[in-house]
Amino acid sequence: MALSYLRSSSSRSVNLLKPLSSSLPLRRPISTDTTPITVETSVPFTSHQCDAPSRSVETNPKELLTFFRDMALMRRMEIAADSLYKAKFIRGFCHLYDGQEAVAVGMEAAITKKDCIITAYRDHCTFIGRGGTLLEVFAELMGRQAGCSKGKGGSMHFYKKDSNFYGGHGIVGAQVPLGCGLAFAQKYSKDETVTFALYGDGAANQGQLFEALNISALWDLPAILVCENNHYGMGTAEWRAAKSPAYYKRGDYVPGLKVDGMDALAVKQACKFAKEHALKNGPIILEMDTYRYHGHSMSDPGSTYRTRDEISGVRQERDPIERIRKLILSHDLATEEELKDIEKEVRKEVDDTITQAKESPMPEPSKLFTNVYAKGLGVESFGADRKEVRATLP
Amino acid sequence: MLGVVRQKMLGQSLPKIRPAVSVLRSYSSAAKQMTVRDALNSALDEEMSADPKVFLMGEEVGEYQGAYKISKGLLEKYGPERVRDTPITEAGFAGIGVGAAYYGLKPVVEFMTFNFSMQAIDHIINSAAKSNYMSAGQMSVPIVFRGPNGAAAGVGAQHSQCYAAWYASCPGLKVLTPYSSEDARGLLKAAIRDPDPVVFLENELLYGESFPVSDEVLDSSFCLPIGKAKIERVGRDVTITAFSRMVGHALKAAEILEKDGIDAEVINLRSIRPLDRSTINASVRKTNRLVTVEEGFPQHGVGAEICASVVEESFAYLDAPVERIAGADIPMPYAANLERLAVPQVEDIVRAAKRACYRSVPLAAAA
Repeated sequence: MALSYLRSSSSRSVNLLKPLSSSLPLRRPISTDTTPITVETSVPFTSHQCDAPSRSVETNPKELLTFFRDMALMRRMEIAADSLYKAKFIRGFCHLYDGQEAVAVGMEAAITKKDCIITAYRDHCTFIGRGGTLLEVFAELMGRQAGCSKGKGGSMHFYKKDSNFYGGHGIVGAQVPLGCGLAFAQKYSKDETVTFALYGDGAANQGQLFEALNISALWDLPAILVCENNHYGMGTAEWRAAKSPAYYKRGDYVPGLKVDGMDALAVKQACKFAKEHALKNGPIILEMDTYRYHGHSMSDPGSTYRTRDEISGVRQERDPIERIRKLILSHDLATEEELKDIEKEVRKEVDDTITQAKESPMPEPSKLFTNVYAKGLGVESFGADRKEVRATLP
Repeated sequence: MLGVVRQKMLGQSLPKIRPAVSVLRSYSSAAKQMTVRDALNSALDEEMSADPKVFLMGEEVGEYQGAYKISKGLLEKYGPERVRDTPITEAGFAGIGVGAAYYGLKPVVEFMTFNFSMQAIDHIINSAAKSNYMSAGQMSVPIVFRGPNGAAAGVGAQHSQCYAAWYASCPGLKVLTPYSSEDARGLLKAAIRDPDPVVFLENELLYGESFPVSDEVLDSSFCLPIGKAKIERVGRDVTITAFSRMVGHALKAAEILEKDGIDAEVINLRSIRPLDRSTINASVRKTNRLVTVEEGFPQHGVGAEICASVVEESFAYLDAPVERIAGADIPMPYAANLERLAVPQVEDIVRAAKRACYRSVPLAAAA
């Protein structure tokens, strides 16, 4: 039995023991093997006002394995969040990303942590992609001190400024002008980096998006607008919300690309292309054709406006993790057992982290009054009964 | 924070002999005069010069030299990278400003009037004001939203609203309301240097008014503290709070009241959020009577908050009910006579002060 011990994403050392009966020649551990492999994307890119990049994507065993592990982790994390929500450890809103993992991992593979990402409320996996930890996710979801926003933000308000992840926004569409503002600042600072502003098919009709796109095109900002088209804006199918659901074309004078968002390599290729484009020519739109298995949020069963057959059909035909699994197996980069072991390990990591997160305490009551301002000037703030609870803002 | 923050508590600690002409005050024998417009312009200029991260964005701020000429000369001096003319898309450019502030720049976003800020209010409140809190301190937003606020002259209902109460109710924002040129310079510089989102409410009718400014005020390091009111006129009998243009009205009212033997203390709030409750309460504890003055709609207004604060903190010191003078509870009419009735006048403040001193004339019959 070949056993591969692959530890968490922070340390990529591997101890790969191969059975004597293995017919494989002695090879480097797959997690450090960067021998190039070329793979074709599932479908060619469709472009608007630009030349589409090639379907042939360069990758390597290390990257494919990283994709597999990262997506498996994200998948397990979201499913565990579902259970935690039903067990009432998570309250309020919880918007899950399972099915869309390829967008998060493919994007990260094409960019650096100096590029910026901003998204809406379906942000758990994007946060992980930017280097956030599982503990920060679960603790924040449960409103604990160890959370990335110290329990003050909740599911929709994850941030990681040191890796240029700017949230985590609850108001549909607001993140797009904000993202264009990040791009403005990058250009102003001459950083030679770009911003990816993610939004959904529901947000694609927001006026402020077009306002920001107009300014970005006028000022040549390195802004990449990424429409994660999962075909439903909450309960409304795209054909009921948009006169033209060809979101990649909605930029009119701004070029666009339609991408199979369930294919991590296609996402990577598109993001790489977009980054090069944005640095030279200003804004570009990427439409990621993707799908969410869960409903809009945990309050939405997700089955009143779409059929179960549709959901299981996508899971069968287009699941992003299965796609990478098949790729890894067909290229002989790992065995089925090894991949299953990764999944088991990921599951354990998630379970252990949840236990750890549950031990993190709720925030201290005094934290009610922290961070209202960056510079509080010693002013007073009040609780519900201002004669009972007052504080000086630090 | 650059520069030295100086406390301008003149009038509180120094007993002054007031000349008959009230508003002018000399710090030196030859005080310079400066319009509010020039005060704002010079403040912007100095802050842009001192910090390359500061940039200006808004409609007509560049080539047009500013719709009200506040940004005159800045495009020529700093170039189009730092003085950005925007299309007429408030939601878009306010959001872009906030995004730039997230990244660490220091945008000054101009709304041609604050009536148009309603197009962008989601970004001011949800994207700017709340971010530092929601992110537990990761995302501070050092942005200034500035522009004329409140009534102008004959511009009608959609162009005359005062937004002080709305913005000041929101935690996470700082809301400033300059009156004089000294206020304009000191508060705008403080706002630009402040790491939090600041709503800076100017007044179109004040732009052309001149005020004396000392050498200290003209110095490029001059800055006023945020959250501190100024006692423009020391008095004993009744406290009158006001902000922005109404400070001028309150000072005129104080002159008239003086002839009737009522010595009014006029407080220029300068900062609506944080509200300087301690200065207001200390004053009321001294005078025992309060008149609040504001231009905006009366319901849920600034005066309501001040009244509540005084009732909570200084109830035993009140010798009379708190009086509120505010804009009329109607959309702003156009006809000059109706407009005059819709905005507080000096005589309204005088009348209210007399009521607070139990020296009023009988109430007019209800209409």
